[in-house]
Amino acid sequence: MTKSRTHYLNVNHTVGSWLFTVDHKRIGLMYLGTILFFFLLGGIAAVLFRVELMTPGSTLMESETYNRLFTMHGITMIFFFLVPSIPAVLGNFLLPIMLGAKDLAFPKLNLASWYVFTIGGLLGLGSIIFGGVDTGWTFYTPYSSTYANSQVILAALGIFIAGFASIMTGLNFIVTIHKMRAPGLTWFRLPLFVWAHYATSIIIILGTPVIAITILLVAIERIFQVGIFDPALGGDPVLFQHLFWFYSHPAVYIMILPGMGVISEIIACFSRKRIFGYKVVAMSSLAIAILGFFVWGHHMFVSSQSMYAGMVFSILSFLVAIPSAIKVFNWTATLYGGSIKLDTPMLYALGFIGLFTIGGLTGLFLATMAINIHVHDTYFVVAHFHYVMVGGMVMAFFGGLHFWWPKMTGRHFSEMLGRITAVVIFIGFNLTFFPQFIVGYLGMPRRYHIYPEEFQIFHVLSTAGAAVLAVGYLLMAAYLFHSLILGKRSSRNPWKAIGLEWTIPSPPPTENFIDTPVVDYEAYDYSLERAYEDDEEDHS
Amino acid sequence: MSHDASHPAHLAHHFDSPEQQNQSSSLGMWLFLAQEVMFFGGLFVAYAVYRFKYADAFAVASGHLSLFWGAVNTVVLICSSLTMALAVRCGQLGDKRGIIRYVVATMILASVFLGIKGLEYAHKYEDQLVPGPQFEYVPDFDSYSVPVTAETADPNFAGHVQLFYSFYFVMTGLHALHMVIGLGLMVWLIVKAAKNHFSSEYYTPVEMTGLYWHFVDIVWIFLFPLVYLVWRH
Amino acid sequence: MNILSSFLPDQASTLAADVDQLYLFLIGVSMFFCLLIGGLVIGFVFKFRRRSDADRPAPTRENHGLEILWSVIPLVLVIIMFVWGAVLFYKQWRPPADAMEILVTGKQWMWKMQHPSGRSEINDLHVPLGRPIRLTMTSEDVIHSFFIPAFRTKADVVPGRYTRTWFTPTQLGSFHLFCAEYCGAEHSLMKGWVHVVEEEEYERWARGDDLDTALLSPVEAGERLFTELGCMACHNPDSGALGPALDGLFMSEVTLVDGRVVVADEAYIRESILEPMAKVTAGYQPLMPTYKGQIDEAQLMQIISYIKSL
Repeated sequence: MTKSRTHYLNVNHTVGSWLFTVDHKRIGLMYLGTILFFFLLGGIAAVLFRVELMTPGSTLMESETYNRLFTMHGITMIFFFLVPSIPAVLGNFLLPIMLGAKDLAFPKLNLASWYVFTIGGLLGLGSIIFGGVDTGWTFYTPYSSTYANSQVILAALGIFIAGFASIMTGLNFIVTIHKMRAPGLTWFRLPLFVWAHYATSIIIILGTPVIAITILLVAIERIFQVGIFDPALGGDPVLFQHLFWFYSHPAVYIMILPGMGVISEIIACFSRKRIFGYKVVAMSSLAIAILGFFVWGHHMFVSSQSMYAGMVFSILSFLVAIPSAIKVFNWTATLYGGSIKLDTPMLYALGFIGLFTIGGLTGLFLATMAINIHVHDTYFVVAHFHYVMVGGMVMAFFGGLHFWWPKMTGRHFSEMLGRITAVVIFIGFNLTFFPQFIVGYLGMPRRYHIYPEEFQIFHVLSTAGAAVLAVGYLLMAAYLFHSLILGKRSSRNPWKAIGLEWTIPSPPPTENFIDTPVVDYEAYDYSLERAYEDDEEDHS
Repeated sequence: MSHDASHPAHLAHHFDSPEQQNQSSSLGMWLFLAQEVMFFGGLFVAYAVYRFKYADAFAVASGHLSLFWGAVNTVVLICSSLTMALAVRCGQLGDKRGIIRYVVATMILASVFLGIKGLEYAHKYEDQLVPGPQFEYVPDFDSYSVPVTAETADPNFAGHVQLFYSFYFVMTGLHALHMVIGLGLMVWLIVKAAKNHFSSEYYTPVEMTGLYWHFVDIVWIFLFPLVYLVWRH
Repeated sequence: MNILSSFLPDQASTLAADVDQLYLFLIGVSMFFCLLIGGLVIGFVFKFRRRSDADRPAPTRENHGLEILWSVIPLVLVIIMFVWGAVLFYKQWRPPADAMEILVTGKQWMWKMQHPSGRSEINDLHVPLGRPIRLTMTSEDVIHSFFIPAFRTKADVVPGRYTRTWFTPTQLGSFHLFCAEYCGAEHSLMKGWVHVVEEEEYERWARGDDLDTALLSPVEAGERLFTELGCMACHNPDSGALGPALDGLFMSEVTLVDGRVVVADEAYIRESILEPMAKVTAGYQPLMPTYKGQIDEAQLMQIISYIKSL
């Protein structure tokens, strides 16, 4: 029976069994394929304009092309990669298992969300194929609504539709967490991954509809040529910015909170310790989610917003630093007295702590109004959010992917290549983005195709770093793909972790649990025997 | 925790009990309505900003709407909420024919609403009050109790009136779209009821559609004063 | 300071040094925490590395004192940052009363500056050393942003609104001027130079000694437009008071027909010219026609300058 155990992957091999599946694990994998496609697309755009930026003048492309490339990079990376990345892939796959449930509360809605996301993605892709969009991912009016001469409508509708996919996922998560926990699995026994997804889902449900209506208004303004934000009719372009950032700032937390959840899981496992201050870490996710809704105005300090509004938004933005700092300190404290092993996922997690610390601290510069005036819309901001989004979320995503890869695929990747790649990516990332802090403070504005010569050295460094980063990602793609076919088969619990997902076979059976588990221990209880037992070959 | 022994047909495989399934649906629906509130909320905020900025133009523009038909539609929609609530009541009692009867009644009322809305849209189209390049607004201040008089068409004033109509069409249009989706749900309910899927133990779809329908109704309760009554203060 | 200065732009305004000081404070705090966390992580990873698979670490002990400590310390630090940043921001926001006003109009993809002497220039801005300068700005099309890194000033330039920024140059030379808000195809070419020159040189330049034509100051140009457009017909105390008199109007309080009281700032005057119905002064009929489409943003600024001078 060892070789023929059925699990969610081999239960059925037809295309239809994937396209019409309601299994959260398969849907998670379908999401993985879809978002990696968009990650590749956004990455290609980034490489192209990074190469162009090696010289101060125009060498490879016209300004129109350059503008379309950075817009394409922003839209695909944010709306079609980062927002769905951890929730729709790892969250979808793991959340029900971590709760001891057989599936999410609404499996059909989950499948529908993938289709909706894919339709949105295809429209976004269409906007690129039919000539691209040149508004930047922020779609500022009146440029986007009246002046831009590109495929704004397609891109806007794509984002509008993909937004509903995230709402469906968020709704599904909240209901599942509330209603489908296994017996004994109380709120404060939940893994922090689940807490992080709970907080994320709240933001998704309350924030996403606002960007949906905002972006729809821009599309309507263009399609029917009516003035909604058009100053010529008395419309207010700054109103658009308020509505836009009301979602898009909390969206930053949609993009980082799940990453924090992943990091908590990895650090606990590879130091064999319960996360220090578990409750505070759980609550800090909620605090970030709630505070996140009241800080959008810090994107608008120079937009002609009133000085007093600016002050309120500034102090509230500073307050977000407190729960974020608590998380970082608590992760560090968890390491103390642990039994630390530097396997690939742990390297990503430690990289996350370092990069997120820099990303978070530079956020303080931007919350400080007097500094913000100078660095707003410069490369300083670009560096800051890449430290949070790439240094934070993408590191966490790949850390989590490596951590749960044996569980998802039943195969091991090459641990040595994994560690080398993690280090390559860490170095490449810093080389790409650290110089951008400096050139930003020196005054280099973002979204500049042609720039003064004195900034060239920093751009050359950045492009060199991007090349290293690209090599790292390609290497990762190669060994992960290789592992799918030739990787060593994984046992039930290869990392010796506590957590319900490690109590079931790898890959899991379709119904996850034959018998509903009963949880009578706290989260990350590494005094349990099963964290030390050698896994027998368990294809039973 | 296997439930092979007493597994009702309507209980999905991943739930342990009908109560868990019903509570999940209910929580899911409320969360869906929460996101709907934010969706319309964003729209209402944008409307409110302009209404505050261009109070007179919005009042004048609103005066061109037919208060009569707006009021009739409000009554029609409230009645449809009543019939929907009665359908849910029939669900609780396990009365399948009653569900079909009241759902059909709700659909008829909804269609009446949409018909009237369509007539109003057509009228606005004839009056060239549909925003866009063809928009043409000739002020007729005398007919309305608005404290503004001006002799010629003021292009800015007309611009603000156009803003009002942009919001009028977007807000009522999205509301109408929600109603059309509701009509689709009701067709599905009738099919399920006809196939004997409902009982007094299981009528969750009727209850959820009811919640959705009441929400659509409440949106209109906000829309009606916002767009029809602004000049009657 | 030499190494440091290659990581800072020129400090060419009175505010630049203040902003840099705060920046360096933030850098110091950030470096402290990066080193602290980095050091602890590396130290722990080394000290507590797994020596054998049978290692059983002691369970995590909760320590609320420690958690409170590292909530309160960041809180105190961010409050210091906020207060320092807010005080400086207040300075950046309020131009000195004696500042010289230069009018700026942004359009795809150029900057147009009008000096009080009447001289205009495009993508160049001449300013005298040591004199506070206030920029009043608007846009003809999309949103732009006026950014002079060496002065640490930036403000968005928004169609339909007036925005403001100010600086006092402290260093002779030419400094970058950038558009910082993405505005379309040639966004990265919407840049120019700010030339800080000696006071006398600026005066000579502003008078246009090197030009053949005589210059009209914005106030004079505004007065001419005021006459040409026939504004005097109504806005004249002797004409039967069809329109309110404009003497001393600027920054005075105006009571409207609906009882509201507004301050007659630039935005109000602009709105009253373009949209006369929006805020009608109490005691007057809404008779004034709009001038929208008849005058451009630069002319509008000239008329406002004239009304301000009354």
